[in-house]
Amino acid sequence: MAKNNKNYPINHIVGFALSIILTIVAAWTALSSGLPTMWIIIAIMVLAVIQAGIQLFMFMHITESGATNAPWNMIIHSAVIASIVIAGSLFTMSFGFTHDHGGGDHEGGSAPGEEEQQDTEHDGHEGH
Amino acid sequence: MTENNNNTLPLEYSTEQGQMSIVGFWIFVAAEVALFATLFATYAVLFGRTADSPEAMELFQPGIALTMTFILLTSSFTCGLAIHSMREGSLKGLMIFLFITLALGLTFLGFEIYEFVHYASEGATLQSSAYWSGFFILTGTHGVHVTLGIGWMIAILIQLKQRGLTAVTNRKVFILGLYWHFLDVVWIFIFTGVYLIGMVV
Repeated sequence: MAKNNKNYPINHIVGFALSIILTIVAAWTALSSGLPTMWIIIAIMVLAVIQAGIQLFMFMHITESGATNAPWNMIIHSAVIASIVIAGSLFTMSFGFTHDHGGGDHEGGSAPGEEEQQDTEHDGHEGH
Repeated sequence: MTENNNNTLPLEYSTEQGQMSIVGFWIFVAAEVALFATLFATYAVLFGRTADSPEAMELFQPGIALTMTFILLTSSFTCGLAIHSMREGSLKGLMIFLFITLALGLTFLGFEIYEFVHYASEGATLQSSAYWSGFFILTGTHGVHVTLGIGWMIAILIQLKQRGLTAVTNRKVFILGLYWHFLDVVWIFIFTGVYLIGMVV
């Protein structure tokens, strides 16, 4: 997929159709697939990464570099930085925290219960 | 003029200045990714820390989030078509598609403002809790970028009207296009990481 200088913007149309489909699939997975929460999160994050890739290839012309391959360097570089920052923060901050600080008067503690709760809870469901 | 260049390189790459500007913009995009990564990290770490304010699950509406996503995806598409017509040498096509993109961008912004006002009326504001601070800063920073892109697009439309397709205006449109697609990429992650996960967990 070098330059898309054909008269008909087929790449754009394919990219657009794919991103709409991926969005609908992601929304369906999240809202009504009934999968375990952890699987939903993994699945929709993968779908998001695929969709970002579609934007890069179909719309942002990352393959046409002009003089250099700076676009590739920049995207890979920044993707690494972003993963380190996000995964690192979550990893660091996930130790020793529970959401309910000894129980308040509202039931907020149970909602975002993270892994431990989910694992036990969702093994009980029908699974995959 | 465009005919000659189409055989070799698109007009926006035809000068060294143009090429360097585009490379420079990719470096800017990388910096923006780092910026949004810190905001996503903050949001993720503060996830669920809603204190006494409403929880995300109570306020998020799948309909609005999906509508906003479709609007932004469509605007990214029309922006791509604008670049395509630019490379065909069609100033008219370029301006029409940019206008559509502009209108979609404004619609998106309207939805976002409506959403924020609605949340504020339900008691979720920047000051309500750590979670909502993270939420509003993350989505708000994206919204500010969209606003900036809209202003940028208006300025470039005026310039296109005055000067037509030259190596300089083409380069500007192309870079604006990159910016707009980048905002769409960020929104995809906001839609997934904030709205969908917020409605699931």
